[in-house]
Amino acid sequence: MSSATVTRETASNQTAATSTISGSKAVLEALVAEGVHTIFGYPGGAIMPIYDALYDYHDALKHILVRHEQGGIHAAQGFARSSGQVGVVFATSGPGATNLVTGLADAMIDSTPVVAITGQVFAHLLGTDAFQETDVINITSPVTKWNYQVTDANEIPAVLAKAFYIAKSGRPGPVLIDITKNAQLQQFDYKGYEPCNHVRSYRPKPIVRKEYVEAAARLINEAKKPFVIFGQGVILGKAEAEFAQFIEKGGLPAAWTILGLSALPTNHPLNVGMLGMHGNYGPNVLTNECDVLIAVGMRFDDRVTGRLDKYAKQAKVIHLDIDPSEIDKNVKATVGVWGDCKETLPLLTQLLDKKEHTAWLQKFKDHDAEENKEVIFNELHPETEVMTMGEVIRNLNEISGGNAIIVTDVGQHQMVTCRYARFNQSNSNITSGGLGTMGFALPAAIGAKFGAPNRTVVAVIGDGGVQMTLQELGTILQTGIDVKILILNNHFLGMVRQWQQLFHDKRYSFVDIASPDYVKLADAYGIAGASISSRADLRNALETMYQHPGSYLLEVMVGRENNVFPMVPQGCSVSEIRLK
Amino acid sequence: MKQEYTITVYTENHIGLLVRIATIFSRRKINIESLNTSPSEAEGIHRFTIVIDETEEVVRKLARQIEKQVEVLKAYYNSNEEIIWQELALYKVPTTEIAEKVKVERLLRENGARAVVIRNDYVVFETVGHREETDRLVQVLAPYGLIEFVRSARVAIIKESRGFHEKLKEFEQTEPKAALVENEFLNQQKEVFTM
Repeated sequence: MSSATVTRETASNQTAATSTISGSKAVLEALVAEGVHTIFGYPGGAIMPIYDALYDYHDALKHILVRHEQGGIHAAQGFARSSGQVGVVFATSGPGATNLVTGLADAMIDSTPVVAITGQVFAHLLGTDAFQETDVINITSPVTKWNYQVTDANEIPAVLAKAFYIAKSGRPGPVLIDITKNAQLQQFDYKGYEPCNHVRSYRPKPIVRKEYVEAAARLINEAKKPFVIFGQGVILGKAEAEFAQFIEKGGLPAAWTILGLSALPTNHPLNVGMLGMHGNYGPNVLTNECDVLIAVGMRFDDRVTGRLDKYAKQAKVIHLDIDPSEIDKNVKATVGVWGDCKETLPLLTQLLDKKEHTAWLQKFKDHDAEENKEVIFNELHPETEVMTMGEVIRNLNEISGGNAIIVTDVGQHQMVTCRYARFNQSNSNITSGGLGTMGFALPAAIGAKFGAPNRTVVAVIGDGGVQMTLQELGTILQTGIDVKILILNNHFLGMVRQWQQLFHDKRYSFVDIASPDYVKLADAYGIAGASISSRADLRNALETMYQHPGSYLLEVMVGRENNVFPMVPQGCSVSEIRLK
Repeated sequence: MKQEYTITVYTENHIGLLVRIATIFSRRKINIESLNTSPSEAEGIHRFTIVIDETEEVVRKLARQIEKQVEVLKAYYNSNEEIIWQELALYKVPTTEIAEKVKVERLLRENGARAVVIRNDYVVFETVGHREETDRLVQVLAPYGLIEFVRSARVAIIKESRGFHEKLKEFEQTEPKAALVENEFLNQQKEVFTM
């Protein structure tokens, strides 16, 4: 490579002319061919040849230097979730690779397409306890959809093609490719890059069998009280329009899991709210009253179902999912429709009778009114002196108009934000659902902004979670990326405190957490910020944050011992949901 | 009701797949009674034979989790009635004990055993059969100073199987026939290779 700069176009042209290239260059050629333009990563000894090659690709591939590999993979997740593309992260061997594990597990359980590329010691050193050697393939096997160790550069083009294909097809997930240093350095005869669209032993999705769709349609058409519950499958399948048509034709009330949030606009008349432990009253109670339960692209997580042996026992269950191992896993399906909901939903819609279940829908509204009276109104319009998390989110909604990407961490603020944030478009709610990874939000928000640069990204984070990955303020400093950081500070690890209050006799064991001066801290990183503790300042402070050109940190002091309600206590049925 | 099930897994021959399959069991704290890997009737395709003691529901879910692995082509599970299986066992006994206290000929005859090696210091017997059969010889030999005993994993043939050759050809096609990728969870289990 003679020129220091390779543009996207010349990158591929030059390879056509060159038959011998290094393994490292082949990695980058694969990324360019896959349409990757942003990589999150952190260099180190065993991945230096790839970083050396990257030096010549800085126009074709933007590399974001994070401050910790966990931040790198969470950013790649955020990128994937906001853009619908595959997120890419680089890390070195040993500690670099092990720092990815939490993010891999998070991406695995939340079905996020990520390709992680790790450096590895020279092949001849494998198994010798060499410096920064770790058995990353075995460590990451349970938390990756697929992983593979490359020891010969000749394998690189095909392995990378397979990695991207597996990560994004079927039920998406993380793939890790570990490349030994010798393979990165090795010059080999490069025959170009062929994208992969078939792996013999892997069937990402089935051919849809019409008889199951027909059986499902019959059940829905006969139903008096049909109820749709949907998850991230609708978003991952890019089937938001197909989903809306489905529920509209059938007049079907629809409730979402935390990862399904934003697939259906908040103000859609058939959107009846959130499922699960801190979900809405109606969707939980009426799960045990519906006659046909239609699950679309969701996996009946225990936080959604509560006590399983008392879950929707009266209902016939239809389960649409792309992953056959999910069907019958937790809840036995009367009819399982295995397939991509992008294909199955239109087939199903076609067979539906046009209906309006007005009286049934009214039941949801009645429950909603009760929840509003008992919980929601006071949360959004409190008369207490201290601010509630809910009123912060209500004000944020009014400013954003429901157009922001909201990234949340884990805990009380996450439940409150998911309950009350409003969304007009899909791919707008980014949170760590299955794994519940504190520290997810800040790096994920950075990644989300790179994945959707034209949208406003607001990271809502608790005072516990933000202190887990604070170092990524450095990534904001260096890249100048525009992320709004909204810290809801109650001086407690609030969700654990809430459980200790409700179930452990108020024995507050190690949940009182101190915070630094976040505004000073932000200032040290060149980020503007403010901290408020009075309601009078709330609206203006949020406006300032939202309108600020560039990143901004706003800390809002909220009530110390506020609880999130409603709540389905662990081990209880969804119909035993508590309003207080 | 828990009972013995034999899970037969057809896979690519890839390093690391054993760990992926093993952790599907260990993660759920399920003990593997026996595990065998071998080539299969189809060239380049590996065959795992795994025996566990579990309920049908658990085994079905496990089979689906196994099949979800990228490098697994197909996983089947069968009760003992649906398979033909064998295990091989080896027994090492001091020659003096055997020669003086018991007639080798009787041992061989009554237990269907075969003497593999006869040396001055020890004799190695071999039996092939079901676990009860191989266990019986352990009891017989125990009083005579059994030095070593080892039993292999189960290998099993599925009675209804018509082999994997034809299925493999279908897997290799980019656009497989509907039969290959159909909604197998609603199918009859006994139709082993209809998928």
